[in-house]
Amino acid sequence: MKVTIDGHTIDVEPGTTILQAARKIGGDIVPPAMCYHSLIENTGGNCRVCMVKVAQGSERDPRPMPKLVPSCKTEVQDGMVVENISNPNVLEARKNVVELLLINHPLDCPVCDQAGECELQNLSFKHGVEMTFFEEDKRVFEMTSLGDKIKLHMNRCIVCFRCVKLVDQISPERQHGLLYRGDRAEISSYIQKAVDSEWSGNIIDVCPVGALTDKTFRFKSRVWFLKPMEAHRDCDTCSGNALVWMFGNEIYRVTMRNAPYGEHEELICNTCRFEKKNVSDWEIIGPREYPKFSVINQNNYVTPPKKVVINADKRLL
Amino acid sequence: MGRKIILKHDGTPNLKDYEVYRKLGGYRAVEKALKIMSPADVMEQVKISGLRGRGGAGFPTALKWSFLAHPEGKPIYLLCNADESEPGTFKDRYLMQYNPHFLIDGMICSAYAIGAHTSYIYVRGEYKFIIRILEKAIQEAYANGWLGKNILGSGYDLDIYVHSGAGAYICGEETALIESLEGKKGHPRMKPPFPAIAGLYGCPTVVNNVESLAVVSWIIQNGGEEYAKIGVGRSTGTKLISASGNIKNPGVYEIELGLSVNEFLYSDEYCGGMQFQGRDLKAVVAGGSSVPVLPKNLILKTVAGEDRLMTYESLSEGGFETGTMLGSGGFIVYDEAQCMVRNTWNFSRFYHDESCGQCSPCREGTGWLEKVLYRLEHGEGNERDIDQLVAITKKIEGNTICPFGDAASWPVASAVRHFRHEFEYHVKYREKVKNRKHFETEPMRLFMSEFLKVEA
Repeated sequence: MKVTIDGHTIDVEPGTTILQAARKIGGDIVPPAMCYHSLIENTGGNCRVCMVKVAQGSERDPRPMPKLVPSCKTEVQDGMVVENISNPNVLEARKNVVELLLINHPLDCPVCDQAGECELQNLSFKHGVEMTFFEEDKRVFEMTSLGDKIKLHMNRCIVCFRCVKLVDQISPERQHGLLYRGDRAEISSYIQKAVDSEWSGNIIDVCPVGALTDKTFRFKSRVWFLKPMEAHRDCDTCSGNALVWMFGNEIYRVTMRNAPYGEHEELICNTCRFEKKNVSDWEIIGPREYPKFSVINQNNYVTPPKKVVINADKRLL
Repeated sequence: MGRKIILKHDGTPNLKDYEVYRKLGGYRAVEKALKIMSPADVMEQVKISGLRGRGGAGFPTALKWSFLAHPEGKPIYLLCNADESEPGTFKDRYLMQYNPHFLIDGMICSAYAIGAHTSYIYVRGEYKFIIRILEKAIQEAYANGWLGKNILGSGYDLDIYVHSGAGAYICGEETALIESLEGKKGHPRMKPPFPAIAGLYGCPTVVNNVESLAVVSWIIQNGGEEYAKIGVGRSTGTKLISASGNIKNPGVYEIELGLSVNEFLYSDEYCGGMQFQGRDLKAVVAGGSSVPVLPKNLILKTVAGEDRLMTYESLSEGGFETGTMLGSGGFIVYDEAQCMVRNTWNFSRFYHDESCGQCSPCREGTGWLEKVLYRLEHGEGNERDIDQLVAITKKIEGNTICPFGDAASWPVASAVRHFRHEFEYHVKYREKVKNRKHFETEPMRLFMSEFLKVEA
């Protein structure tokens, strides 16, 4: 199937979405996505920032689609012509949606643990408006916890449904969902009970904003002071391929390995994530590359690791 | 005197009892459909009748049915959308309360046409008393052999169940209704796939409004051509209109589509003119709260100078600039003493409360609209707010999963477009607005005449 996005034509399998096709092409024409995550089934369509214009439906039926469509949920047709950055209406709509996403967001980036690796920060930096006329009170929630390891800061949540759908996927029954409706909607597990799964910690990583944070890492350090290192340990539950965030010889936190576009490679288990924080638990493979623009590449810290043995066969430093 | 279809036997005592309804010719359509006609014939008759969905969008019913997929081994469901929550609309309640067998009658014919063997009536949570009425009617229909296995010996089976919603407006959207019926939270689904391909439990599903399903029985009994004779152009048949607001006789009326708005408003047969002597008509919301509000000069005549008729086409003439929509038929009338800002705020408050929270433009935008309108209404607004309101509606409109976002922004956008001077008044005379008790002390009219004089 041939699909043209902003003048770039690519051949893709049937069933590919516009977003996946655009990611195959790469570059500036990739629509941003806040709620879509390829590891989680059924995500997408909620945040409305990936909206694109379909200028030609398909080879057979060349009519354009009347409204902007969410690219993460729309499958390509043969001969489809999609306009993303070449269409000013799309950029305008995206700007508007980013503004709306931010009006109830507390913008407490200076004290937020997610700052530096926050997808909403990147999104509003790239697509947002300079100022908003929103001068009303923001919605406010009580801070709560999901179990003893995860903190829920609902004020920051943008209701992307990634965590809800991830918990649906990793637990046999419904444990985590959305309470109430409208802008009073609140994600919660049943009466603040912890999500009962060995994989529950992954909801911290998939959260695009700082709504779900790791209690074992909260307020310990800014992420750009830490060095992300690929690491491996032999784990019975998960693959043991993780990313350890180090400052000198200390491991501050363990997360999933990142993938481009704010995604991740594979889920890791709670034991790896919360309990293995000694260098001796891990085989450190080497530093992890981050996108060029990412603040994590700042590498402001100067303490070089001394005791850490780096397995240089696998990757050159 | 317009022709009556749905309210033909209105006023007959105990019409909701089976014996009374049967004596008046009820269930003849089922007999005719099951004994003489094939499902394709029934569908053909509905197609000829030109019946359009009465829930709001006005999509041709037969066309909707024809989209149904017929996969192997999957049942087809017929859902009756009785989640009537649009402010200003109360026609389905009237129909179900006084004539529940008419709905069941129509549902059996419709289910037969599309080949559904299970059907659900999704009733709004607030309509608890109607659930009892409907369940009694369904029991009577089972007892007399109109429902169940092998109806009338034709080999056709049908079961109808009543399901109570929990009172959310969004569950009137067809995919949210399906989600709610499956036991999940009422969040609209992404389309495509449309319910006709994958709806309830992933099976092909048709969702129709109460009124559209009910009239199918009349169409079968009298023929589609007879139905198509009523009405004008593509708007055929009759429509229930729930009239409310500052009129003499509020209530549910059945009109032939094509009646002029002027006649509907002022004739004694229908609304009977304005409620209070000496207060003129100011504005009309023609089809439930979601449609644009129109001022007097635009609701009675179109821009081209023609009389506006109660049809899908005539009401929407002029697009969103100078037109509105027939919608679900909630006809709300305001006289001069009403404050448009307050009414718009009231609608916005409703949409803020009812937004499902699934997609961001609607979740955040409806709250913003309500907060700005609250400030304007309570004398804390500033000049920028009026343009800001329009800007917010543009941010929401068209960017959402379901039409709810559009429904929330149209009334605000149209109110600012047609009644900008009232918004400006609220900004200019903040103290007066702050101290004024709406509808009680000083009518808005006096304020406005004073204000317009100053402006002139």
